[in-house]
Amino acid sequence: MNWAAIRAMYVSEMTRFFRTIAQSFISPVISTSLYFVVFGAAIGSRIDQVEGVSYGAFIVPGLIMLSVMTQALSNASFGIYFPKFIGTIYELLSAPVNFLEIVLGFVGAAATKALFIGLVILGTAALFVDVQIQHPLAMLTFLVLTCLSFALFGFIIGIWAGNFEQLQLVPLLVVTPLVFLGGSFYSISMLPPIWQKITLFNPVVYLISGFRWSFFGVADVPIGMSLLAIAGFTALCLGVIWWIFKTGWRIRS
Amino acid sequence: METIVDISDVRKTYAGGFEALKGVTLSIRKGEILALLGPNGAGKTTLISTICGITNPGSGTIAVGGHDVVRDYRAARRLIGLVPQEINLEPFSKVRDTVAFSRGLFGKPKDDALIERILRQLSLWDKRDARVLELSGGMKRRVLIAKALAHEPEVLFLDEPTAGVDVELRKEMWEIVAEMKAQGTTIILTTHYIEEAEAIADRVGVINGGQLLLVEEKTALMQRLGQKCLQIDLQEPVEAVPEALAAYGLELADDGQALRYTYDTRGESTGITRLLGDLSAAGLSLRDIHTEQSSLEDIFVGLVKEGAA
Repeated sequence: MNWAAIRAMYVSEMTRFFRTIAQSFISPVISTSLYFVVFGAAIGSRIDQVEGVSYGAFIVPGLIMLSVMTQALSNASFGIYFPKFIGTIYELLSAPVNFLEIVLGFVGAAATKALFIGLVILGTAALFVDVQIQHPLAMLTFLVLTCLSFALFGFIIGIWAGNFEQLQLVPLLVVTPLVFLGGSFYSISMLPPIWQKITLFNPVVYLISGFRWSFFGVADVPIGMSLLAIAGFTALCLGVIWWIFKTGWRIRS
Repeated sequence: METIVDISDVRKTYAGGFEALKGVTLSIRKGEILALLGPNGAGKTTLISTICGITNPGSGTIAVGGHDVVRDYRAARRLIGLVPQEINLEPFSKVRDTVAFSRGLFGKPKDDALIERILRQLSLWDKRDARVLELSGGMKRRVLIAKALAHEPEVLFLDEPTAGVDVELRKEMWEIVAEMKAQGTTIILTTHYIEEAEAIADRVGVINGGQLLLVEEKTALMQRLGQKCLQIDLQEPVEAVPEALAAYGLELADDGQALRYTYDTRGESTGITRLLGDLSAAGLSLRDIHTEQSSLEDIFVGLVKEGAA
């Protein structure tokens, strides 16, 4: 393994992150606060409890997941799209690095940023509601795995995207709806039976359910299924990236 | 002399069906400056990109320092520094950071002293903490060179290093290249400026239409293919080339004040002695004569035309 290269890529990506640290920090804090005001206070006051948890606390894992997924995705997709766009990718392609090293550097940095933002949101949420975490280790595992898998997914999107519109397209048209319909703000048991079935085809349901379980010990789907889903998704993304570098799809002519 | 880059029958066809390289074979010697000369679209950049791993290899083999660039890409690429044609730099990063990044990317441990030496050598030390976007075009090119040198490569590829730069900067680039050579680095540069190849190369390869037309010592190339022109300045202007001299293919120049005779230094006889005799026989008196060596440009244009015919 070319560890020096992994470090160089990781540090360079993180430097970009720290250049905009204020934005990276402030925007999730503001948006989380807004969600709490709208969903927690305004709407939440009319909803009693969901599965024995106050609505304000119930939406915390979903809110974290929503931000973490979109942040991991957009950071990773932009992280690899930018060198493609400005042409600096020549350096990665001509360096003595393999696909795994590039992924560790770029995806690792994107996942770190998303993890950081996830923790910031958790901290912000704790200011509004009483957050209890029943399974802290499982919570961290889910959080890290979600950061990683969505960063991997974002990396693929960044390589696929031919312009900035396409870069926005997948997060906007696919991921945001899946996350919103994945039980971020509700338990799927609140849905009509037919929608409960349809919802099970949404992979995000498994992630949010597992993550929520680590907080409250209640889940929409079995915890094993959640772990399986996230492991499968990670493996799929890794497989696709391996193939991309093997064939040079969209990066080597 | 020891070969450092060995290219054997390399072909490359792009997805669109364009055949950019049609079987290029070339041995590059350690420590030399080789100029790959060719018009735009000749395949120069494709050849470099294939060696460096930027385009997918077609068929054929390439070895750098004895390491196959596909099978043993890590060892091969560690020896290679690449300065691309376009100014591809991250605009927001600092000069020192982006150069240090390149070193890390090639698996070398941090070495601030070396980075300082490279930046000083390229007159970038004063700009070490400036962001790339604040630099002039010439400085950005030097940053690209600094990045390529950061991992101490043995072979340096310069893809059109002076395309679109002013005369002063071009001279500066040539000086930098000469310094690299003095330090023992093998340099391959592509160019479509003939004077560039003429000024700095040890050997010149002429590439056109994806084929390497020839590779030769620069001086030998010029001797072998060099045409010379003899200019004869006349005492009295003439209106036309005298009939008696028609066989020489003379051209009138300077409003009839001079005659120009083109001859081939490769020929057994240049015909000069006979021409001078016939000139005086035709009653022309000479004021002055001088010859001009044809430049690589003439050679090159001749070769490319030959290739196209």
